[in-house]
Amino acid sequence: MYGLGILKGMGVTLKHFLDTYIEDLRFLGKGKRTDVAFNLRQSGSNQRLGLFTVEYPEEKIAVPERFRFIPFLVINNLDAEEDPGKIWCTSCGICAKVCPPQCIWIVRGTDPETGRPKPEPEEFYIDIDICMNCGLCAEFCPFDAIKMDHDYELASYDRTTHHIFDKARLSKEFRYWRSIAPTISAEEAEARGGWEHKDVLKEKAKAARTADKATGAS
Amino acid sequence: MAENPAAEVTTANPVAEAIAALKAQFPDAVTEDDRKGYTGIVVDPESLVEVATAVRDTLGYNYLSSATAVDYLGKGDYFEMVYHTYRVPAGGPPLVIKARTPRDKATLPSVISVWPGADFQEREAYDLMGIRFEGHPNLKRILLWEGFDGHPLRKDWKEAYYEQDQKPFDSRWPQGHVHRAEERNPYGKNVRYPEGFTLDDFTPVGEAPNYEGIDLGVNVQEMTTPGLKTDRLVVNLGPHHPSTHGVFRMVVTLNGETVEDLQPVMGYLHRNHEKIGERNTFLQNMPFTDRLDYITSMSNNLGYALAVERLLSLGPRYQPPTYRAEVIRVLMVELTRVVSHMWAIGFLLNDLGAFYTPALYAIAERELILDFFEAVAGSRMMCNYMRFGGVFKDLPERIQGIPLLANDRVRNEATLDYLANIINERLPRAIDELDNYLTNNEIIVTRCQGVGILPPEMAIAYSAAGPLLRASGVPYDVRRAEPYSIYPELDFDVAVRYNGDIYDRYLLRIDEMRQSVRILKQLLPRLRETEGQPIISGSKAYSPRVPEGEAYGRVENPKGELGYYVVSDGGQNPWRYHVRAPSYINLTALGPMTKGHKVADIVAILGSIDIILGEVDR
Amino acid sequence: MTNGDSGLKALHNPDIPVPEELQSTIAITSLDRIYNWCRARSMWPLLFGLACCAIEMIAAAASRYDISRFGMEVMRPSPRQADLMIVSGTVTKKMVVPIVRIYNQMAEPKYVLAMGACASGGGPFKEGYNVVSGIDKYIPVDVYVPGCPPTPQALIHGFLTLQKKIESQSLRTVPWYRSGESTAIPIPLLGPDIIDPRQAELIRRQAEQAAAQAAAAPSEA
Ligand code: SF4
Ligand code: SF4
Ligand code: SF4
Repeated sequence: MYGLGILKGMGVTLKHFLDTYIEDLRFLGKGKRTDVAFNLRQSGSNQRLGLFTVEYPEEKIAVPERFRFIPFLVINNLDAEEDPGKIWCTSCGICAKVCPPQCIWIVRGTDPETGRPKPEPEEFYIDIDICMNCGLCAEFCPFDAIKMDHDYELASYDRTTHHIFDKARLSKEFRYWRSIAPTISAEEAEARGGWEHKDVLKEKAKAARTADKATGAS
Repeated sequence: MAENPAAEVTTANPVAEAIAALKAQFPDAVTEDDRKGYTGIVVDPESLVEVATAVRDTLGYNYLSSATAVDYLGKGDYFEMVYHTYRVPAGGPPLVIKARTPRDKATLPSVISVWPGADFQEREAYDLMGIRFEGHPNLKRILLWEGFDGHPLRKDWKEAYYEQDQKPFDSRWPQGHVHRAEERNPYGKNVRYPEGFTLDDFTPVGEAPNYEGIDLGVNVQEMTTPGLKTDRLVVNLGPHHPSTHGVFRMVVTLNGETVEDLQPVMGYLHRNHEKIGERNTFLQNMPFTDRLDYITSMSNNLGYALAVERLLSLGPRYQPPTYRAEVIRVLMVELTRVVSHMWAIGFLLNDLGAFYTPALYAIAERELILDFFEAVAGSRMMCNYMRFGGVFKDLPERIQGIPLLANDRVRNEATLDYLANIINERLPRAIDELDNYLTNNEIIVTRCQGVGILPPEMAIAYSAAGPLLRASGVPYDVRRAEPYSIYPELDFDVAVRYNGDIYDRYLLRIDEMRQSVRILKQLLPRLRETEGQPIISGSKAYSPRVPEGEAYGRVENPKGELGYYVVSDGGQNPWRYHVRAPSYINLTALGPMTKGHKVADIVAILGSIDIILGEVDR
Repeated sequence: MTNGDSGLKALHNPDIPVPEELQSTIAITSLDRIYNWCRARSMWPLLFGLACCAIEMIAAAASRYDISRFGMEVMRPSPRQADLMIVSGTVTKKMVVPIVRIYNQMAEPKYVLAMGACASGGGPFKEGYNVVSGIDKYIPVDVYVPGCPPTPQALIHGFLTLQKKIESQSLRTVPWYRSGESTAIPIPLLGPDIIDPRQAELIRRQAEQAAAQAAAAPSEA
């Protein structure tokens, strides 16, 4: 019969329409905005049939650990015992070299006394109007000092003053990185051999070795 | 459905035989390319057309996949045009033909008479490299505009923001004092004018070239004059048009409502991918490939990784990707295929006037796959996931959000369960639903059947690829014709349909999605088996040593055959980086396909080709 | 109401107390506020996408993120009916000509949202010869949304930021009720490179300078 195909199609639309309401019934009385309800509505489960609108900004999908937005620089916790707020970056320049659109700018620090380079950036800039959020900088930084941020709510009215992030704007505490990426930061810490910066750990190991030697000799 | 006949035809070394035969037939004109790492033959330009005809007719290389130019400035100082030809539908490796021309008087004969699919590619080479093609009927700029100063892909052409030939730039480290590029430009913009240029004696070329060759019997420039009496008229669709799939423009000559001629005008999204690609290091190109066909970033990554891996394999310490890496790669690529076809069907319906509802349903399922990509690769669309020799990271154990912002809600599912759910339940259901919803719809049937027919001979001649080619009854799929990754061990059929109209292209996409689900189902146990195995071979380096040579890596992208032609001179950066974009070359057939149809069918035919402008214009 | 502050409550003038139980039905407010409240909640975007970011824009318009919750689902293909231009993607020199033309055709009040790194400042392709370093070089931009691409949620955050901007405007000062003509932005020309007619004078001066330098150079040598 002519028109059957159209009717069948409309059936599909109707089913979609109803599914959402039927699903809503499940949350009746329990509230639609609970974590359980959210999980169910957003899951890839085959139980879920209806629409799954995220009512941003009242509810937001938390992004996964590997999510990448603009990078940030890791610094020691501000209440750390040793070197609070010390930046992890050693200004080795690898991130600036791998960055595909070349939007990282680093001025390597120099020791005022000797004039030799020191492992700390004097200035560090990222032009977020160029950054393609590719994550290569974070992937290849040998010191786990640059990481991809999860905060995407960055809309602004002015780009000339807001969109070149400097060192202060980029720096975030290590505990922030741990909180947004618990598994990855743990994996990295395991690879480094401790929660501290790679160089600190090296120093410690060296100190321990000399201490060992000293005790061994005596 | 048909089994692919590819397997039957392969002889011991068909290319070597073909080259031997050509050398025997044209002893003066044909020599073998004996540079290190190169393959194929170099043909004397005088006899190029003759040799090409022989290649097509007697040797059976009837399909011109890619034609592109390379500037060997300082390495012999010539332009080289490189043609990759294949046997379709038989399959097998390419016969590579090259022709050289001096840089100052760059002219080559056009091979458009042999392979009409060379049309746009030769125009591109003319536009970006400045090679004139004798015998090309419509040789004008294609990506840039008439009047543009110079040919940007020439190695000695420098743009306004030019800093250095190769990345990384020295100004970034260790003395990286930040500045915006426009601050160093006298105009504060990304512009550069030829010496002595002022506006006084300047008249813009304007739109006239776009209307060249359109014979209305009247002067198009005078069409605004009152009193013009004609029932033929020129209509511009785009670049801002709700149904042009991005910033694409068509100049259509109408007679009443019937299309007499259609000329695509593109370049509105020409982002200089290849010029930037030559400056990038090999790894840096990976995230840029995401932005070619931005619906299918995973398979773009794979194609590029294959091309560079092919180059790497010329070197001494090459290790092929690990098995787990290959499994994950295919998983990603096939999911992408479903995403892309869903999108294509949804928006084809949009073009037919079913505004939004089918597209919404298609996008809904797509979101779930994007969630998976986001959890694995870090971004919904710009995955940047493949690396040379493997992939970026293994699948995470759980797809889990981490709360950070106010009102963040957390989702938490085991990755493999999530995948299994999607692959076994949701996707098949969604495909069936789409099928139910649309396939027998009378409106769709009447609007699509018999419209935009592309006969098989024409599809091959125009170098059409992917669904466009297979819906015309040519069972050619790179996954079978020149297999890569672990496709040989996977069980699937090459979907074919025979009518070559919009409807068959739609059906073919449904078939292909079903085949993809079939592949995905075979991958699930493999994922479980290989758990814990390495996902990348060798060590991860940000500047791999890529040996000298050339490589053409191609994959069956959802849109068609995506090829990367990469030339390395042994340095950190590719000497030439060319993308054979299926969307771009498929458009060659758009004009002929629309002829004689009504104006409303144009967008439907365009929708059935399924183009993505990021890839068309690059 | 799906959007917390989009209900009537957002309209209340804090200086005039209205009993709590009536707040959902009655609001006493100023003309400015009601004017802006209406405008901010019925932004009609121009249906127009440029590049990769456009796909995320479509995703934001689709059922999952659903911008119709903000009264924005009415995507108009005609610039005459649109209030908001979302520049969603890389602006090339070839495309900036139609964009400026479309912008001129939009009726006031009109807003421009630059979506993504490309539209804001050139993005990853900035160094390319055919790419405009930010659409604000040609047309005024109200809100910039960074990211490459901004996720749909980031884009909606951009919309909310724009709503805030609209709500801060006042009937008395908005330019579109003033007398006097509004001026159109001159359409760029495609010459050897893109030409902004506003820079004609600058281009001439540069050419003269270059000529003077060229003349001076041989004598020095
Ligand atoms: S790679 Fe890491 S340590 Fe080196 S400069 Fe970049 S952020 Fe600093
Ligand atoms: S994310 Fe990519 S583009 Fe952005 S700063 Fe890092 S390397 Fe550069
Ligand atoms: S900002 Fe990134 S995603 Fe958006 S258009 Fe530019 S390259 Fe594409």
